[in-house]
Amino acid sequence: MKTTENIEEFEVTQNCEAPNLQEKEEKGLGMLKYLILGTLFGIVFVKAEIVSWFRIQEMFRLQSFHMYGVIGSAVIVGIISIQLIKRLKIKTIQGEQVRIPDKEFKKGQIIGGFMFGLGWAITGACPGPLFAQIGAGYTVVLVTLISALAGTWVYGKFADKLPN
Amino acid sequence: MNQFVDWMSQPWPWYVAGPMIGLTVPALLLLGNKSFGISSSLRHICAACVPAGIPFFSYNWKKETWNLLFVLGVGIGGFIAANFLANPSAIVISEATQADLTALGVSDFKALMPLDIFSWENVFNAKGFLFFVVGGFLVGFGTRYAGGCTSGHAIMGISNLQWPSLVATVFFMLGGFLMTNVLLEPLMKWVGF
Repeated sequence: MKTTENIEEFEVTQNCEAPNLQEKEEKGLGMLKYLILGTLFGIVFVKAEIVSWFRIQEMFRLQSFHMYGVIGSAVIVGIISIQLIKRLKIKTIQGEQVRIPDKEFKKGQIIGGFMFGLGWAITGACPGPLFAQIGAGYTVVLVTLISALAGTWVYGKFADKLPN
Repeated sequence: MNQFVDWMSQPWPWYVAGPMIGLTVPALLLLGNKSFGISSSLRHICAACVPAGIPFFSYNWKKETWNLLFVLGVGIGGFIAANFLANPSAIVISEATQADLTALGVSDFKALMPLDIFSWENVFNAKGFLFFVVGGFLVGFGTRYAGGCTSGHAIMGISNLQWPSLVATVFFMLGGFLMTNVLLEPLMKWVGF
């Protein structure tokens, strides 16, 4: 019963791509764990120089292995983790079954993906590093973030008119 | 303790950082049944601040507050790393990249970002228009159109063996290669480098 409710709600959100599928409601201090996880993530981002415009230039010029090593080893650890969770039926700390929505193919992954790639090489940042660059003191990246929000909003405004 | 901070202050190698980033995937799944994806935070901010009756932004964003806390944390983490664990020496990038970028007119190779580009004095000139306004817009529009970014597709999606995410990642890379190796030089000349 609960599962059905959740799937309906998931559809109402027009497929949030990074959804919260926990059934139990979370509030207050329990939310702190996401802040802490994000903080650790931000430290790794800066310390491994993933947020550096130079590192992104190196990557797209094929002049360093660093970023390929970061993304490649992250994916390998991710694949192993998800396989372990699925095969051993590991539950969440709330005792729920882990649910991961499938990614559906759409043309946006080609057109939008290509556009994002162009922007990634200009700004030297995907969305995560934008936040880390600002925190690290490059406050002018706030302008980039606002422009990224504008881009997201314009996409939302015209989403149903774009090929998909 | 000092030795520990010194050790932490070195740039971290890929084989430390990559697995730590990969572990974010099971951490989010097991802590709260959540799929990793950072660009969704931009959508939630739009939904919270300027939904304007648009269906794409009419959903219960409060349920996704975790994602906003996560990116707030990323900002705090950036602050901590830059202020308490900062690398005392200049960034070391490949000599070939440094030569290429010098040829493009970049001269500041001291820290994570070149101040020739990423400084407030460029906000209202053509450089800022290219690097902040156009670049940022492409990142925001492109990731939402693609349904995810490096975290949602390249890491979370491929980790879950989703072929659409592999397609998206291939096109992220193609866009990046084209911009870096073909378009960036004329664009940078055009904006005054």
